[in-house]
Amino acid sequence: MPRIRRTTAAALAATAAISLLATACTGSAGDAASDDPKARTTLTFWHGWSAPSEVAAIEANIESFEAKHPNITVKTVKGITDDKLNQALRAGGSQAPDVVSSFTTDNVGRFCATGALADLKPFLDKSGIDPATTFLPQMAKYTEHEGKRCAVPLLGDAYGLYYNKKAFAEAGITAPPKTLSEFDAVAEKLTKRKGDSYEQLGFMPNFQGYETTFEHYASQFGVRYFDADGKSALAGDPAVKALFTWQKKLADRLGGYARLERFRASLGDEWGPKHPFHTGQVAMQLDGEWRGKMASDAELDFEIGAAPFPVPDDQADQYGKGYLSGTILGIARVSEKQNAAWELVKYLSTDTDAVVSFANAIHNVPSTQAALKSPALGDDPLYRTFVSIAQHPGSSHAPSSVNGGAFLLTAQDLGVRWEAGREKDLDAGLRKADAQVDKDNEQAR
Amino acid sequence: MTAAVHAAAPGLRARRRRSALRTLAFLSPWLIGFAVFFAYPLVSTVYFSFMKYDGFAPPTWVGFKNWAYVFGDYPYFWPALRNTLWLVAVMVSLRVLFGIGIGLLITKIKTGAGLFRTFFYLPYLAPPVAATMSFVFLLNPGTGPANTILESLGLPAPGWFTDPAWSKPSLTLLALWGIGDLMVIFMAALLDVPKEQYEAAELDGAGPWQRFRSVTLPNISPIVLFAVVTGVIATMQYYTEPLVAAKVASGVIGGSGQQFEPGYPDRTTLTVPQIVYNLGFQRFDTGAACVVALVLFALAMAFTAVLMRRRSGFLSAED
Repeated sequence: MPRIRRTTAAALAATAAISLLATACTGSAGDAASDDPKARTTLTFWHGWSAPSEVAAIEANIESFEAKHPNITVKTVKGITDDKLNQALRAGGSQAPDVVSSFTTDNVGRFCATGALADLKPFLDKSGIDPATTFLPQMAKYTEHEGKRCAVPLLGDAYGLYYNKKAFAEAGITAPPKTLSEFDAVAEKLTKRKGDSYEQLGFMPNFQGYETTFEHYASQFGVRYFDADGKSALAGDPAVKALFTWQKKLADRLGGYARLERFRASLGDEWGPKHPFHTGQVAMQLDGEWRGKMASDAELDFEIGAAPFPVPDDQADQYGKGYLSGTILGIARVSEKQNAAWELVKYLSTDTDAVVSFANAIHNVPSTQAALKSPALGDDPLYRTFVSIAQHPGSSHAPSSVNGGAFLLTAQDLGVRWEAGREKDLDAGLRKADAQVDKDNEQAR
Repeated sequence: MTAAVHAAAPGLRARRRRSALRTLAFLSPWLIGFAVFFAYPLVSTVYFSFMKYDGFAPPTWVGFKNWAYVFGDYPYFWPALRNTLWLVAVMVSLRVLFGIGIGLLITKIKTGAGLFRTFFYLPYLAPPVAATMSFVFLLNPGTGPANTILESLGLPAPGWFTDPAWSKPSLTLLALWGIGDLMVIFMAALLDVPKEQYEAAELDGAGPWQRFRSVTLPNISPIVLFAVVTGVIATMQYYTEPLVAAKVASGVIGGSGQQFEPGYPDRTTLTVPQIVYNLGFQRFDTGAACVVALVLFALAMAFTAVLMRRRSGFLSAED
């Protein structure tokens, strides 16, 4: 082959190789879905539920969907974590999911900003669904990011206070506390020390102690997180300082961080029957509505009660609110069956019978207004406490962020250093946390 | 003469080309492997370290932004690097010393040697996740048997995996517990030391320490070098054990909806491979992940190069 032709051929081959690689890297799915939702097809649905009763409940919902859409078969994959989901959404391929769900509402911002999940607005418009009026307002909010809706809520979680009625009676406490000062007194009253440890702890305040995370406390204090320009505003928000100060004071009052942490390490698994609230080692627990069902499944030898988690004394009129979260549902952007996938998403998230039966089965809070009003919704008083918390106008969720929940981890990281006494200057710590959150967000944009 | 050379040259060139092609053909499995699994990923890593790439949108050029973020702003980089270097220095040294010690002990034991070998080798067979979970259970500061024993002896009971001062020593203990692989290698090397040299040394009046220093050590030095180099590389890639220990000890293990602050407690168990994963696969920040991966690569290369350069003074002439 003459030199000139050889060079040309090599250049062409190289260009082709680079183009192929570039296509492989960037994906090729278009934004407009063109598949026929009435065609015979199989959808793959990845979800995070893994407990047998939960898996059975979602399978029952899928079966009723298939009965109504005989042309669509749904292949489900259970026990999916966000890490697995992230890789699958990026990789695509024939085994990749079409419909995905995640328990980590904190990641919605990242899913929307990166375009990992398809924009659902055209689908919602086509079906005449207005998310603002269909879903609970806070849940409608946590499933979008900066006006881009890439997910819808599929049942929600509300957080409140569980308490051991037997321990309350023994300590002469007649009603659940409503303000944090009442709560502190009750927590101390319920605490029975044993040497360096505890026979019974009133409440485990440490960060990372099961559900006692920064964001779950933050809802009670009304933390705002970001200012109008989208800059981190922890240092300037008095609610944040009040949160950290209250939390550390309570930890100190109950024996101090080190002693509590040592006790925490000895406690059972959060998702198993030996949860410290089940075993009576901890008398009060900040937790979601699912704990009621888990506690009844564990057949406790004491009665439990539930109430909204207390609020700061100066916000007593806000009592009844709580932190909200839940499962989110979306369509993989790389899916080539987005119209069919939307049929499944629409059914699971907005069909009142489907939502109510699923909520009853797994004791989660319904995410649609219609389901919340349904007479078929479970009437167990423990469960109803959380349904009320979910509907309280003051209940909230942390805002969505371009890098997911990294800003929450930064706040919690400061909290751990502060409660452990490694961060002495709270104001300086908060300023540093603000700078960190802004730098992380800048990097993610 | 000149004409003859010119006439022979094309034939010679063809033979040389054929020989070169044959060599390349024989080398091709390695060359293809090298290109696909080393050269291409390395070049890609350098390329992506200068790009913003989340795995969805096409990569865009950002210059040194990722480098500046990792070295200046990413909160986990320096703690992870410090921890990895600490583990390389302490864990590798102790593993080598302990490996030689156990090897010596076991080669000296006359009765029940097989039992002891099995006893020390068995923990190595435990899968890393299971081994770490059992270790966190054993060293649980509240209920673990280790502290129960320490307390019954009136000794102070540390917080182990929950205490920032003790978390890395706890990981080191776990690594020493799984010393089986090194023990076998050192045992083989120790059994290979010529008996005559010990006899000669003894005749010269050498004590046990002198015999170890002048006979054992020079004989096993290539194996020591091997253990150090492979140990350094393995520790640079240390990922599973610290991650599992941190998750189990912090209690954030089961809920897929829970976010996990890496490196519990207080970032002390964070290692460089963990932050590569955190950046690349959790934060969708491929660019910054590539920067950290390159730092790790450069460090591993530097350590290996220094160790290999020093080998001339370390090994005897025959090695």
